[in-house]
Amino acid sequence: MKTPISELTNKGDKPTRHGFGEGVLEAAKKNQKVVGVGADITGSVKMNLFADAFPKRFYSLGIAEQNCMGVAAGLAQEGKVPVFSTYGVFSAMRTTDFVRISVCYNALHVVIGGAHAGISVGPDGATHQALEDIAIMRSLPNMTVVSPCDATQAKIATEKAINALSGPVYIRFGREAVPDFTSEDLPFDFNQAQLFRHGNDLTIIATGHMTWEAMKAAQKLSKQGMEARVINLHTIKPIDKETIRQAALETGAIVTIEEHQVHGGMGSAVAEVVVKEHPVPMEMLGMPDCFGESGQPDELLEKYGMSAKKIEEAAQLILTRKRDKI
Amino acid sequence: MKLDKTEDLKVKACEIRKDVVRSLGIAGSGHLGGSLSTADIFTALYFNVLNHNPQNPSWPERDRLILSIGHVAPVYYTALAHAGYFPKDELKTLRKLGSRLQGHPGREHGLPGIELSAGSLGQGLSVAVGRAIAGKADNRSWTVFCINGDGELQEGSIWEAAMSAGHYKLDNLVVIVDRNRVQIDGKTETVMRIEPLADKWKAFNWNVIECNGHNFDELIPALNKARDFKGKPSVVIANTIMGKGIPEIEGDYTWHGKPPKPGQVDEFLRIIDKNG
Repeated sequence: MKTPISELTNKGDKPTRHGFGEGVLEAAKKNQKVVGVGADITGSVKMNLFADAFPKRFYSLGIAEQNCMGVAAGLAQEGKVPVFSTYGVFSAMRTTDFVRISVCYNALHVVIGGAHAGISVGPDGATHQALEDIAIMRSLPNMTVVSPCDATQAKIATEKAINALSGPVYIRFGREAVPDFTSEDLPFDFNQAQLFRHGNDLTIIATGHMTWEAMKAAQKLSKQGMEARVINLHTIKPIDKETIRQAALETGAIVTIEEHQVHGGMGSAVAEVVVKEHPVPMEMLGMPDCFGESGQPDELLEKYGMSAKKIEEAAQLILTRKRDKI
Repeated sequence: MKLDKTEDLKVKACEIRKDVVRSLGIAGSGHLGGSLSTADIFTALYFNVLNHNPQNPSWPERDRLILSIGHVAPVYYTALAHAGYFPKDELKTLRKLGSRLQGHPGREHGLPGIELSAGSLGQGLSVAVGRAIAGKADNRSWTVFCINGDGELQEGSIWEAAMSAGHYKLDNLVVIVDRNRVQIDGKTETVMRIEPLADKWKAFNWNVIECNGHNFDELIPALNKARDFKGKPSVVIANTIMGKGIPEIEGDYTWHGKPPKPGQVDEFLRIIDKNG
């Protein structure tokens, strides 16, 4: 198996959006073709790091997300590497037709940031909680969809997405400070999911902020005698079929967890692989087909079923299903 | 192949109109009305105004022509074929399975000369703005031309793009509005009024030029003046007639999105010849 990690320790809480901003800056230092497109919330999505360092390469276009996306496509056509970041509810949804035609149908290397992804946006409420973006973005031809698990990974993934990938990329990240637990040395390959914990009783596949919750849940399950494999699915499209197939084959039960609607998101993407490659019982955790609401991030994650505790419950259920073959 | 004489441009436009009718007749579907209203604009661009090289479609110094109204692909393809980008015989494959001539332009099918896959209205101008910004950033001398429909101006995103072009003073960008005054449902001013159109562009900090979109002696100077104007982006509002060249269908909005019937092709060709 690939990249096993024995111990994960929190280096300190840090928002993944900070990792994104640092990744853009690093990429831009190395590649002068990198340009930025902004829709007014530059500081909030941490594009200010780039804009301050390279003001002549940053284009403020105001609160006009559709135009931002089209302009980014035009910049890419002229050989620039545009990064357009705004809240995921806008970058993935307000602009969807522009992403589909101007970016994806033209197969252009536009890096789209989906900020404030998930319900952990908190008090802003449902309008600003991007919970459908993975489903929409992963359905578009030519698109790569990335969902890093912490700030360190967000930085690495963003820099690589900008300077090592081609074609359209959607990279989602969150608002809140969350455990920053991966190492800069951890190998990162968009085509390969990361094995964060060994285990053969069941597999927990997580993405984004939920990977840390999955690790916490796995530790608790271990104390109860259940060894869960944990996979960090940082790239949802293209999906690492082989790692998922192996997990299905070797553990016989899968729980997925994501800060996204259960319909059409990462869990669905995993299920598409599992039913074809090696069908096993699955439980999918995420938003249960409803809108979010205002509240503190931890309250919302608890209420809507995206926490270590919910993963433990799902694990118990899936092991029963595995045993009883249902 | 640059045509300087008005008479030669008229002959070329007549040939292009006839090939549009022929290819749509074979295709059995597609947009005749707008293809004919923009036929003179495409002729003026590809045979006089644009710096381009059909033997090297991606020549870095070429002017960029963005077609935002992808549904007039038949006249776009015909102009490209006549200019030498690909064999005219291929026009017969319009809209057929496996063709490079998609119903709306799609670059992944490999037709030379296509600058942008487009067809969803309201997007081309934003892309043109991005290209113009890049041209300015790199001190390039080429011009971005963008063809928009008048009905298309009802899309809100057009005005986002217009605002940004005015803000960045993109004087390397020229929009050409095919002001044929009709759209699928009827007259633009009935479906959703877009007048006062010149005032709208002026209010968005654009240089506005109006002209007769079927008179080369007006159209070509207007396009050149627009290209040469400094300090603001320019829009050429080209007053045109949907279905121009076939008086029997001119201005009739029901011809926006349909092709000639098989029995009408020869008749339309004769009419175009007579009026050309």
